[in-house]
Amino acid sequence: MAAKPQTHHARVEDAGSEFLVFTLGEEEYGIDILKVQEIRGYDAAVVTRIANVPTFIKGVTNLRGIIVPIVDLRIKFNLGKVEYNEQTVVIILNLDRRVVGIVVDGVSDVLMLNAGQIRPAPEFGATLSTEYLTGLGTVDERMLILVDIERLMTSDEMALVEKVAS
Amino acid sequence: MPCKTILVADDSATMRMIVQATLASENWSVLVACNGKDALAAIADQSVDLVVTDWNMPVMGGLGLIQGLRASAQHRDVPVLVLTTEEDQESKLAARDLGVRGWLGKPVDPDVLLDMATEILMQPQASIL
Amino acid sequence: MDLSQFFDTFFDEADELLAQMEQLLLELDVNTPDIEQLNAIFRAAHSIKGGAATFGCFQHLAETTHLLENLLDEIRRGEMALRTDMIDTFLETKDVLKSQLDAYRASAVPDEETFTRICGILRQIADEHREAVQGGGAAASSAVAPVAAPVAAPVAAAAAMPAAEVAPAATAAPVQVAPVAAASAPVAVAATAASADTSLPLCVRISGVSGKDAQSLLEEMGHLGRVLGHEQGAESLTVWVESTCSADDIEAVCCFIVDGDQIGISREAYDAQAPAATPAAPAPAQTAAPVPAAVQQAAQEAANVVAQAQSTSAGDISITTNAAPAAPSAPAAPRAAAKPAASAAGADKENTSIRVGVEKVDQVINLVGELVITQAMLAQIASTLDPVLHDRLLNGMEQLERNARDLQESVMSIRMMPMDYVFSRFPRVVRDIATKMGKQIELQTIGRATELDKSLIERIIDPLTHLVRNSLDHGIETPEKRIAAGKDPVGNLMLSAQHSGGNIVIEVSDDGGGLNRERLLQKAISQGIAISENASDDEVWQLIFAPGFSTAEKVTDISGRGVGMDVVRRNIQDMGGHVQLSSTPGEGTTTRIVLPLTLAILDGMSVRVGQETFILPLNHVTESLQPTADQIYSVTGNERVLLVRGEYLPLVEMHRVFDVAGAQADPMQAIAVIMQAQERRFALLVDHLVGQHQVVVKNLESNYRKVPGVSAATILGDGSVALIIDVFALARANREKSFSAEALLN
Repeated sequence: MAAKPQTHHARVEDAGSEFLVFTLGEEEYGIDILKVQEIRGYDAAVVTRIANVPTFIKGVTNLRGIIVPIVDLRIKFNLGKVEYNEQTVVIILNLDRRVVGIVVDGVSDVLMLNAGQIRPAPEFGATLSTEYLTGLGTVDERMLILVDIERLMTSDEMALVEKVAS
Repeated sequence: MPCKTILVADDSATMRMIVQATLASENWSVLVACNGKDALAAIADQSVDLVVTDWNMPVMGGLGLIQGLRASAQHRDVPVLVLTTEEDQESKLAARDLGVRGWLGKPVDPDVLLDMATEILMQPQASIL
Repeated sequence: MDLSQFFDTFFDEADELLAQMEQLLLELDVNTPDIEQLNAIFRAAHSIKGGAATFGCFQHLAETTHLLENLLDEIRRGEMALRTDMIDTFLETKDVLKSQLDAYRASAVPDEETFTRICGILRQIADEHREAVQGGGAAASSAVAPVAAPVAAPVAAAAAMPAAEVAPAATAAPVQVAPVAAASAPVAVAATAASADTSLPLCVRISGVSGKDAQSLLEEMGHLGRVLGHEQGAESLTVWVESTCSADDIEAVCCFIVDGDQIGISREAYDAQAPAATPAAPAPAQTAAPVPAAVQQAAQEAANVVAQAQSTSAGDISITTNAAPAAPSAPAAPRAAAKPAASAAGADKENTSIRVGVEKVDQVINLVGELVITQAMLAQIASTLDPVLHDRLLNGMEQLERNARDLQESVMSIRMMPMDYVFSRFPRVVRDIATKMGKQIELQTIGRATELDKSLIERIIDPLTHLVRNSLDHGIETPEKRIAAGKDPVGNLMLSAQHSGGNIVIEVSDDGGGLNRERLLQKAISQGIAISENASDDEVWQLIFAPGFSTAEKVTDISGRGVGMDVVRRNIQDMGGHVQLSSTPGEGTTTRIVLPLTLAILDGMSVRVGQETFILPLNHVTESLQPTADQIYSVTGNERVLLVRGEYLPLVEMHRVFDVAGAQADPMQAIAVIMQAQERRFALLVDHLVGQHQVVVKNLESNYRKVPGVSAATILGDGSVALIIDVFALARANREKSFSAEALLN
């Protein structure tokens, strides 16, 4: 998929919000489209490995002159088969000026969900701890797990951000 | 009023900006210099209709500037307005002897400056204040 | 007309005038003052007063300057004699004016107390003169001199701002932003009462400090004394520490991490039971303001130009096209150098310059970096072409490379600033400390025009100030001691900067008592540091840098006592440089700092390990060789050393450190690159060398985090990312393994 330009939408309650939907294993996830900078294919050849880091951090890559870490969410959350093929996609996120890439199984579409389509996330033993979930979205027959991707990526467990001693 | 040229000499950039901003208009063009020597150099090749100058400046002060003007054939009769502090009696007397059109005390009130400049430019040959 | 649009211009101009005023005051010869200097000082005060009065809303500034201007006027007309204590007062007035300006910049009101006090002192001088004149006046010059000093001291203490006495804090940030919070008053009272009682522990209160910094501060204080207890709030830290160090020393060390105005130190009993008193910290909002002011001041002082264009907010660089050279590049004593600078200042004011935001400059530097990378990539592809068939293309490529390199140098030079920006703050520091300690010291600066990248210039100020303080405090002896030792009573302190290769070498040199080897050794041994009696001098001097080294007791005979020297070294290493000491007992000490000219570009040696490419900083590479069997020795288990010209160097295998699969494990089939990190040498084992080239340094931490063993990253010609090795980290990892010939032969 080609790089997608950012669309800026005011967050109005009745109009709804736009989500980028991607797949990890059997599940579909939705994240705020405003956090997405672009989408690229995954090319192992251009990812430079970094030693002594968790396995889900694949390394860093050159994105038009900027050095961006690449995280494989499938490894991190033990989801599905960790394969790298033509469908494998890297979503480049821009989280308050921090640029990171996440490897996912695929990206499907961008959907608008209004408040009526979103239910609070239950406390089921989901792969992702509920503290990172903003709710469950329903569109037709599909159930989307809506994720606060910024919170997740900047959390300690993702080991992307230098820990601040408390 | 036809286009007039005003020369402003002051070593303080702030003052230059304030005076220039006060006097700049469609019909008046303002030249600036930071001391007497630079001021004379600035008008070496052109005529000027009014000189507004500070008294205390490095290299050459207001006194030197006025003397330089009076000594030049081209600028001998240009009216001069001096910006100075109230207490400085000596410099007032010295400048009066050189024939300045007026005094303006610091802190400068932009409106008063504008009025005085307008008056002088409308009557360049009026007698000394 | 709305005059507020001119505020920024006025603030900048006033800042510059105050800096000029200070420089001239320091150069004045009390006995025969130069009339031109007096006139210039008068004009500076006069201009500031004129501006302040014109705007009408800077009353404190206008009034203070008015009093100063009157005194200066009388002195320059010869109506009043100039005395040393007057110069002290004028310098103090300059400080107050600066703090008033800073307050106005932050849209705050200047401190009333300071204002009243300084006006009182100025009026007193005027009154005394008037009385003396009326009384038939020969006694004018013998007027009560000490008035200024005792008045200043208790008031400074009452303000609870040790910043007034501590130079390092003052130079790092415009600390003189007066403590606005009324809350500071009650603490101040307690401080004054308790400050005399040195049996109480020191209570250090730091505001606006986050978890990581708070941790570091706590650690540092642990090195300086015994921490009785501490309390950490959301944004603050309070530590009670028992130490033989003075509050000044503690503050100076803390200033490496926070600003002076975030620190308050008093003496208070530590009560583990009592709930924490509300830290009476100055409003955190103040910490935001001084930084932009400091950077703007930096831009002004460096460029020596008054901006004509609209000024932008924080982080500006001024670009000047100078008609006259700013400062002679040949060695020049401060007096000689200042005169051309001072007279050039008048002419330079009309130079064309533009204020540009730092982000824009960095953006340009980034883009040029990209260009260089693209050019390298094209060069790589072009190198595979038949040179005969494509000779025009290849010629064009060569031209492109030259153009790119020139462009890069040109762009990098935009960020370069002369060392004078740093050096110019020291005459004041030296004077203040010398006076305080009753010493006579002459300061010499060499190489003021030597340039260094702006970011490094900012970061070198703190360490340099620390070193200067140490030289003045512990290096240079009192006049009596010096005379007794057959030396000139006036001590000499020299600051120098020069380029050497791709580096800048900065030296702080004093002709004081030098370091005492025996004392240092004994102290080290008593602290359990492993060092042999036969260690070389260089190794003994290095002890100064050990954390918490010299704080066991206040021994006045030890020169070069290093409070915070470990922080100095760490700061310098973080900048990609290193520091070393040399000393001759009885003759003096020299501290030598070597820094890369810029952090943005590095001369690198690329090496291959397995399938991966790494970059070694070329200035740390001594040589490379293919080891032979008789050079390799096993020490313990799987650790080996390499014998190179009689020296046994630890063998560090890259593939082990960086866990690279498929690398060359046999040293004799690999290449050993001899690396030098300051005083440590080691041999780095890689598969093979690839080449040497300039690389554009990319920060890993902007999007990721600090990676151990890696200092930064770069983008190679093929677009891939290569990691740049942190040589100091690798060397430190081997620190514990000290190899001596005796150990190996057993």
